[in-house]
Amino acid sequence: MSEAIVSLRNVDKRYIRGKQSVEVLQGLSLDIAKGEFVALMGPSGSGKTTLLNLIGGLDNATAGEITVAGERLDKLGSGALARWRARHVGFVFQFYNLMPMLTAQRNVELPLLLTNLSGAQRKANALAALTLVGIADRAKHKPNELSGGQAQRVAIARALVADPTLLVCDEPTGDLDRKSADEVLHLLQILNRDHGKTIVMVTHDPKAAEFASRQLHMDKGALLEAGTLAA
Amino acid sequence: MFKQLIAALSMGLQTLPQRLGASSVIVIGIAGVVAVLVSVLAMGAGFKHTLADSGRADRAIILRGGSDAELNSSLTRADIDTISNAPGLAKDSSGKALLSNELVIVVNVPKADTGTDANVTLRGVGLKLTEVRPELRIVNGRMFHPAVRELIAGAGAVKQFRGLTAGSMLHLRNADWIVTGVFTSNGDVHESELLADVDTVGSSVERTGYSSAIALLTGPVDFTRFKDALTTDPQLKVDVQREPEYYAAQSKPLTKAINVVGTTVAIIMAIGAMFGALNSMYSAVAARGLEIATLRAIGFGALPVLLSVMIEALLLSLLGGVIGASLAWLFFNGHSVSTLGGAFAQVVFQLTVTRTLIITGIIWACLIGLLGGFFPALRAARLPVAEALRAA
Ligand SMILES: Nc1ncnc2c1ncn2[C@@H]1O[C@H](COP(=O)(O)OP(=O)(O)OP(=O)(O)O)[C@@H](O)[C@H]1O
Ligand SMILES: [Mg+2]
Repeated sequence: MSEAIVSLRNVDKRYIRGKQSVEVLQGLSLDIAKGEFVALMGPSGSGKTTLLNLIGGLDNATAGEITVAGERLDKLGSGALARWRARHVGFVFQFYNLMPMLTAQRNVELPLLLTNLSGAQRKANALAALTLVGIADRAKHKPNELSGGQAQRVAIARALVADPTLLVCDEPTGDLDRKSADEVLHLLQILNRDHGKTIVMVTHDPKAAEFASRQLHMDKGALLEAGTLAA
Repeated sequence: MFKQLIAALSMGLQTLPQRLGASSVIVIGIAGVVAVLVSVLAMGAGFKHTLADSGRADRAIILRGGSDAELNSSLTRADIDTISNAPGLAKDSSGKALLSNELVIVVNVPKADTGTDANVTLRGVGLKLTEVRPELRIVNGRMFHPAVRELIAGAGAVKQFRGLTAGSMLHLRNADWIVTGVFTSNGDVHESELLADVDTVGSSVERTGYSSAIALLTGPVDFTRFKDALTTDPQLKVDVQREPEYYAAQSKPLTKAINVVGTTVAIIMAIGAMFGALNSMYSAVAARGLEIATLRAIGFGALPVLLSVMIEALLLSLLGGVIGASLAWLFFNGHSVSTLGGAFAQVVFQLTVTRTLIITGIIWACLIGLLGGFFPALRAARLPVAEALRAA
């Protein structure tokens, strides 16, 4: 394995709800190398989203060390964590999470508002990202004028546009039909192979997992095995 | 930071149409507060204005020493004679002092709208009336004659009370009077009064003395000389004030009372409006939870999110404030009302929506908006991103 871009050591995650405490992850350790495309699988409630949120810096671990893109996330405050996310992570969600009032292009421009790029540069980069995901012709459309597959491609363009270190995708094809799902997965594969993007993707779909370079299986908050598969 | 704020704010504003109900709660609530506040304060301002416009700097009012208003002051005929010889007093061509010895009594006249009796000032005035008060204009009918029970009615009083038009008969204090004319006097407090010959008024109520004397001076600068002469005269025990100062002092207690009542009512309403704003901004933040969480995931800071919610609340309340102030201005500016004023009887005056009042109203609106927007904004900024994303 080359240089680890994600590294978790003895990570615990507990949710406290009132007096009840739910132990979701226990002593979890994991390394993901630069340029990997990891599929994270497992039954519902096994803690996949929880793990992904920790890797993406959306949530804090209860204990343990998390190093992603060279930064100890467990040591960052929320403001620093937000700035870190802006630089290093692109998120893709199951339900796309596009802003309904913005056009596709404006949605893709959102992460660029956190950079020093000028308006013209933002527009050009957004269009380039939309071209990369094959949907430049829909730049002026609003999300409700797009199909699920198209919307997810816009969301992927948004995740990519600021050139993050890592793409974090939670069931990106969970809401798509087979054909659109395959298109999206194929796109992720190209981004991984041809553009060197490290990708961590949660999925329930074994067919989707086959697009990845490595599959991880979780159960009851622990990783079962880490096998490396050829895609 | 600024780009993030603009983006977050414009996204919020673009979803406003979908949240029309909740947003209009803010606008309408605050419009109500500001409308009430501005119109009540306009009453105070109008009253003050009316009294402040009464009087000239070169005119003095002389009251018995220690009395704060005409109604509880009394001067004797001898006092009047002494006063008319004071230096600084203007004289007519035949050398007579331009002094109006006046007697103020309160009479009952039915109000125009309800027909119930209300207090009106009947002011007995001296023979030099028209020279002492050149602003007085007969606009209808003629001047009263002395020594008969005739009076003229102020234009404000004619509007607010029954049976004061020229030619009407009036029964006041067991005597019949004829209204011979209607006068104006630059919209001042006297337009709410009835004027008649002072000795006729005195004899009809069996009083020989006077309440006050109004003196026209040779100029505003002669006031001190005039005042000093009177106040140092051991024969006299009088207070001498410039007319504008006297009326300003008279307007104070009522203006203050109106402002206190108006502000109290507005504060109570403002608390209600603030909770309305709080509630609708909370629901706006809840409705936009996923959007906000997504922005935060992308890396937007907490501060731009907080400010965007605050500014949205502020813009809505500003709109409410402008609407409220405009309503107050449209419906009440220049609207005539009468009220029982301090030591006066009914004073007729116009509500005056001044620029200061409009600014006051809008400042109130902004404060309500800021308070109502702050806690929802804080909630938006502190939104737990991971949990909010799950709620999708
Ligand atoms: N905020 C929370 N408070 C309490 N428990 C939580 C919270 N979030 C998640 N959990 C619990 O943590 C466990 C793991 O949840 P998680 O969402 O990570 O599972 P998952 O593997 O992504 O499941 P799915 O496949 O259904 O998305 C679940 O039992 C869930 O109920
Ligand atoms: Mg999940």
